[in-house]
Amino acid sequence: MSEDEDRTVDLDGVSGGGAGFNHEASSSKTSCCPSPSPDRVLEIVLENVLLFLTSRRDRSAVSLVCKSWYRAEALTRSELFIGNCYAVSPRRAIERFQKVRSLVLKGMPRFADFSLVPPNWGAHFLPWVSAMATGYPWLEKVYLKRMSVTDDDLNLLAKSFPGFKELVLVCCEGFGTSGLAAVARECRQLRVLDLIDDEVMDDEVDWISCFPETGTCLESLVFDCVEFHVNFGALELLVARSPSLRRLKLNRHVPLGELLRLMVRAPRLTHLGTGSFSLSEHPAQEEQEAASLAAAFAACKSLICLSGFRDIVPDYLPTIHPVCAKLTSLNLSYANINAEQLKSVIYHCHKLQTLWVLDSVCDEGLQAVAATCKELHELRVFPMDAREDGQAFVSEVGLLAISEGCRKLRSILYFCQKMTNDAVVAMSQNCPELVVFRLCIMGRHRPDHVTGEPMDIGFGAIVMNCKKLTRLAVSGLLTDKAFSYIGKYGKLVRTLSVAFAGNTDMALRYVLEGCPKLLKLEIRDSPFGDTALLSGLHHYYNMRFLWMSSCKLSLGGCKEVARRMPQLVVELIREPEEEDIVDDVVEKLYMYRSLEGCRLDAPSFVTIL
Amino acid sequence: MESTVTYEGDLNLKATELRLGLPGTDESEREKPMVPVAVRNNKRPLTGSTDESKSASCASDARDGDRETRPAAKEQVVGWPPIRSYRKNSFQPKKTEADPAGIYVKVSMDGAPYLRKIDLKLYKGYSELLKALEDMFKFTIGEYSEREGYNGSEYAPTYEDKDGDWMLVGDVPWDMFISSCKRMRIMKGSEARGLGSCA
Repeated sequence: MSEDEDRTVDLDGVSGGGAGFNHEASSSKTSCCPSPSPDRVLEIVLENVLLFLTSRRDRSAVSLVCKSWYRAEALTRSELFIGNCYAVSPRRAIERFQKVRSLVLKGMPRFADFSLVPPNWGAHFLPWVSAMATGYPWLEKVYLKRMSVTDDDLNLLAKSFPGFKELVLVCCEGFGTSGLAAVARECRQLRVLDLIDDEVMDDEVDWISCFPETGTCLESLVFDCVEFHVNFGALELLVARSPSLRRLKLNRHVPLGELLRLMVRAPRLTHLGTGSFSLSEHPAQEEQEAASLAAAFAACKSLICLSGFRDIVPDYLPTIHPVCAKLTSLNLSYANINAEQLKSVIYHCHKLQTLWVLDSVCDEGLQAVAATCKELHELRVFPMDAREDGQAFVSEVGLLAISEGCRKLRSILYFCQKMTNDAVVAMSQNCPELVVFRLCIMGRHRPDHVTGEPMDIGFGAIVMNCKKLTRLAVSGLLTDKAFSYIGKYGKLVRTLSVAFAGNTDMALRYVLEGCPKLLKLEIRDSPFGDTALLSGLHHYYNMRFLWMSSCKLSLGGCKEVARRMPQLVVELIREPEEEDIVDDVVEKLYMYRSLEGCRLDAPSFVTIL
Repeated sequence: MESTVTYEGDLNLKATELRLGLPGTDESEREKPMVPVAVRNNKRPLTGSTDESKSASCASDARDGDRETRPAAKEQVVGWPPIRSYRKNSFQPKKTEADPAGIYVKVSMDGAPYLRKIDLKLYKGYSELLKALEDMFKFTIGEYSEREGYNGSEYAPTYEDKDGDWMLVGDVPWDMFISSCKRMRIMKGSEARGLGSCA
């Protein structure tokens, strides 16, 4: 769930958020009272009104009005969002919110995705699932991001919640097929089992066979991140006995022939992850498959979201033509296709709102996107060659074209080797709806490749012109000036990612002093020291976390922060081989507000000040 | 063919190979999968940490603050560019347009119900190819020798070359093999032994 949109719309185009489950009146305690007191009447009214309030920011505001409203809100909150699993303990959460049906829980800092956090750092699901097993017997939905989840945890989850309906695991690790089997077997009401970018261990348990034999309520089954075979025969039978299935995302070990068989069984799919989309193992059947594929796509009249294409044979891509006109989301970010191959499909995709591609499509491919996809909201361009000095396939030309063609753009993630300020400025002017702007110029400290200037002007224009911007990631050669712009204009910025940027402490100070909505700040390899760190004390309690690695922080500075801010947890993370804090230099700082103080499960390489 | 050639791990006959090209130049290696040096998948238990964090040296670069002239050959930095490791590792960059897409040949095995297809370009030499065939068809090949063919098993890998002749795999230099091989057949039993003894 992206936090950058008020309505949490993910790649699927499906609205998440507060709605989507039973709103049951929670005022059951009054059912036996014949005539409630006036105060109680007001509370009942309030509780019933609050049932309709789903935005967690609104709920937070409600809870601050007075004690009575605090209580009413606490009783009616059914979706609990915890952005940092260490900010509050399970016990405290359960004590306050007693009627929770849905939990969103996030753990490790995002830089863990890039190997910056050593293994076994924490974010264990166990204390949560244990507490909820008794505290929330009617729990229906669990969404975890960057948590450490074990098979035992999944076992406990499966056995503890009879009404359990949805399990979504994003960027999690520590579990395997045994845990999945438990969920499949025990959760008879399961509608959603989504594994997204997880590391799943192969215990050689055939979890696909463990779903109820008489039929399932499955609506969504996503396992495209699973790196080993699943039992295809069992999968086919599962799809056949899951009449509600609308979202199915296969992994790369499902070849075309098998995909075909599944599509035939599930023509009402809305979201399809196509697996490998490559040659069958039976060469004799290739031609027949190609013809059948086009027919199968034609039969899927409800498809709006396509992904997969993990080992694509580009010749087969045109078989998706029948669905292009209705597609709102297309993920080709694993498909090594060139501009011509992209064009063959993109020219039909007029309704596309979300597009993920590889830069193999080149600037030319992006120009085709710009010419056709006028409704585009989100674009991500990933690099084929993810190295600093790798080959360049897209540049400012593609970015400029997109900005001119896709005026409704809200979110962009763009990897490139070279960029110009002009193109970024143009995007800031052409795309006023931008909420998320993440530009990654892969070479460190790279200036505008035409003028030789730092990229300050470009990013400055983004914060100045994109008045709705809440998330920003910067790159390239940047001086303190860029940060002064961010501090001056980035009044709605909540998430900021900085790497290899800035000259002095002033840069960080501009941001900490200028951005009142700053919630998440992650910085690496930038020359910011203790003075800068201490300039943010007024704001750290308003933030979820601050990450700083390979900056110029010292032990003394961090200790000072810890001393002055007792409800901040200040973690210093070492490499696991290092015995103890060696010298005054702090390599990795991760600090976050918490009601619980120092966590008890910190590993030896973490020092909490 | 030199009589001193024996089947070792790699039939490297470069010394006597006839090819076009200046002496001393080597053909460019087929591109390896793009796995940046410093990528460390920290989610699986590794045997010791494999990659030192290079971010300290980069921090000192950043400290200067001046516009930096990049060093000629940059070391890869941990976690940069910010791509999740599964995405980095699960993808290999495509060869440029000039290269052919791969050399797919059909492989049949006596007694097996259907054929397989393999891409000869994926292998650097005979040892890798034979190992792949062993894995694919679940059998063992035995030792190659120039004189006796494949000893130690009932099977012999053979291929049909451009002239339509059936040859024993391993006799010619690897590059010549992959350019002339049209399809392969793993022979079994007396036929195989006959081929070996005719060498």
